[in-house]
Amino acid sequence: MRKKGGPKMREITYAQAIREAMCEEMRRDENVFLMGEDVGIYGGAFGVSLGMWEEFGDERVRDTPISEAAIAGAAAGAAVTGMRPIAELMFSDFITIAMEQLINQAAKMRYMFGGKAQVPMVLRAPTGSGTGAAAQHSQNIEAWLMNIPGLKVVMPATPYDAKGLLKAAIRDNNPVVFLEPKLLYRKKGLVPEEEYLIPIGKADIKREGKDLTIITCGRMVPTCLTVADEMAKKGIDIEVIDLRTLLPLDRETIVASAKKTGKVLIVHEGVQTGGIAGEITALIADSEAFFYLDAPIKRLGGADVPIPYNPELEKNAVPTENSITEAVLQLIK
Amino acid sequence: MTDTKISKEKLKEIYIKMNHTRKFEEKVAYFFSRGMVHGTTHLYIGEEASGVGACCALDKEDYITSTHRGHGHCIGKGIDLNRMMAELLGKYTGYCHGKGGSMHIADLTMGNLGANGVVGGGLPIAVGAALTMKMKKRDNIVVCFFGDGAANTGSFHESVNMAAVWELPVLFFCENNLYGMSTHIKRAMKNTNIADRAIGYGIPAKTIDGNDAIEVYNTVREAREYVKKNGPMLIVSNTYRISGHSKSDANVYRTKEEIAEWREKCPIKRMRKYLEDNKIFTAKELDEMDEQTTNDIENAVIYAQNSPNPSIDTLLEDVYA
Repeated sequence: MRKKGGPKMREITYAQAIREAMCEEMRRDENVFLMGEDVGIYGGAFGVSLGMWEEFGDERVRDTPISEAAIAGAAAGAAVTGMRPIAELMFSDFITIAMEQLINQAAKMRYMFGGKAQVPMVLRAPTGSGTGAAAQHSQNIEAWLMNIPGLKVVMPATPYDAKGLLKAAIRDNNPVVFLEPKLLYRKKGLVPEEEYLIPIGKADIKREGKDLTIITCGRMVPTCLTVADEMAKKGIDIEVIDLRTLLPLDRETIVASAKKTGKVLIVHEGVQTGGIAGEITALIADSEAFFYLDAPIKRLGGADVPIPYNPELEKNAVPTENSITEAVLQLIK
Repeated sequence: MTDTKISKEKLKEIYIKMNHTRKFEEKVAYFFSRGMVHGTTHLYIGEEASGVGACCALDKEDYITSTHRGHGHCIGKGIDLNRMMAELLGKYTGYCHGKGGSMHIADLTMGNLGANGVVGGGLPIAVGAALTMKMKKRDNIVVCFFGDGAANTGSFHESVNMAAVWELPVLFFCENNLYGMSTHIKRAMKNTNIADRAIGYGIPAKTIDGNDAIEVYNTVREAREYVKKNGPMLIVSNTYRISGHSKSDANVYRTKEEIAEWREKCPIKRMRKYLEDNKIFTAKELDEMDEQTTNDIENAVIYAQNSPNPSIDTLLEDVYA
């Protein structure tokens, strides 16, 4: 991992980074609280909030009934009246149940009311496949959410980014959907001891290169970095852009890198049809970067299937090191 | 009408706001019939005692969430009629700068968290607002308006349960006007006694005559104290929508006789009679109020018609804070 400045660093997991962000913000601002299914004494389905109930108690680490619509809507209602709720849904798949409140209410309130309301809420949800939980607990729905003006959508790939972005999301005055690739929860990374924030809407160049740009996010970031390191041995110098925020997209970073390398591969976990790569491809094709391209833009999303159960099928439902390598070689030749 | 110790001033406020609501909507209906405004609107004609009576029982700092049929709630909670009419006409001076229209009027400064285009959409928001009241230890409540139709949505059940288990200061106020659009309550519920649903959530409920502004006011005043101390309560306010569901409604699902019968139970006529019979106001005083409210609405129309449309430049404004 690239060094990120700040004098004192230590290694913590992605889940710990998220917990630290929540705890620090809750200590700083009494309006911040966490609500969700089993976030209290149980510590959350993935253990993200372990120990928080002990520190903050029932009021501010609030176990909810299994009522996703009411969780999202109550977060919106609390936010518009002065609180800064963090609502956890157990799996991003369950956002489907909360969709009415998230999209028709939270995301639109400000615009519908002519700019009078603000809805400072964060909806956190573990996302993605790889745990054998099959079709209703493994999908990536970030592409749908990118289609909703009024929402912000964040999906960090490292503990460092997760902490800085979650703190920024909690302080943001808009509804932010914060997607946490569940396979990353136990991954470790360097995180400064002192406080820092990462602005929403800024991508990060995780690896600089000159021959080809891979644009990716979330769980695919470490996979793409591994591929890039392997390719480097063959003399192919790949730039890896981690979008970090999907809505709003960091147009500037995407366009600059496409111009620089002239070759673009977009890799994401969600299904390819209607996926985020379509939007990024269009963004590049619509920009001055188009005239710098040496090859068609290539996209590599998940297979157009619900996530299957069998481990080999599941693994192959999303881009793999092999499929990414193959796509890189096609573009390079 | 029940006996009451409501102040003369408050009775006047209720009567005037009911008249404002009726006259506002009659004007809006006229505009729609003439094609002078676009979109649609849902009239509250016949239900004025319910929303106005309830809102007049609240403090300014209490919150409400409203419905697609929300004009009476807005006026009841206190709103500038000029800016409300301007919003109906899509003008920049409207409450939402012309971006919301009838179904999204909100005034956060008066505790109005907004009308709502989605049936059942406001219930979880009311729970969240009540959570704020509780966590910030405020001495206020949230009144959550919804209809008999919304009582069949999942969000009703999720919201009432959540508010009950957390003992939140929210008053669930169901305005039962007997129809979800064209579907009669008997075709949508096996047990049409909506108050029975409270039993399942361990909270009290009361069914009232929603066409009696005094009963509504007194009930909400009392319920407000209960809810602050104990958590949620359900009120079922029985009333009737005299006008169609929306401007496209041809009223084919109900009889003229039924509508005429409820027209006789007009809550405004009834309130006037009460005020006159009990010598609270003279006929002359009431006539003056009637005239004043007519003028207020005429002035609102003039204000709205003379207001500018929003500039196209505002299209992209206010998506994000």
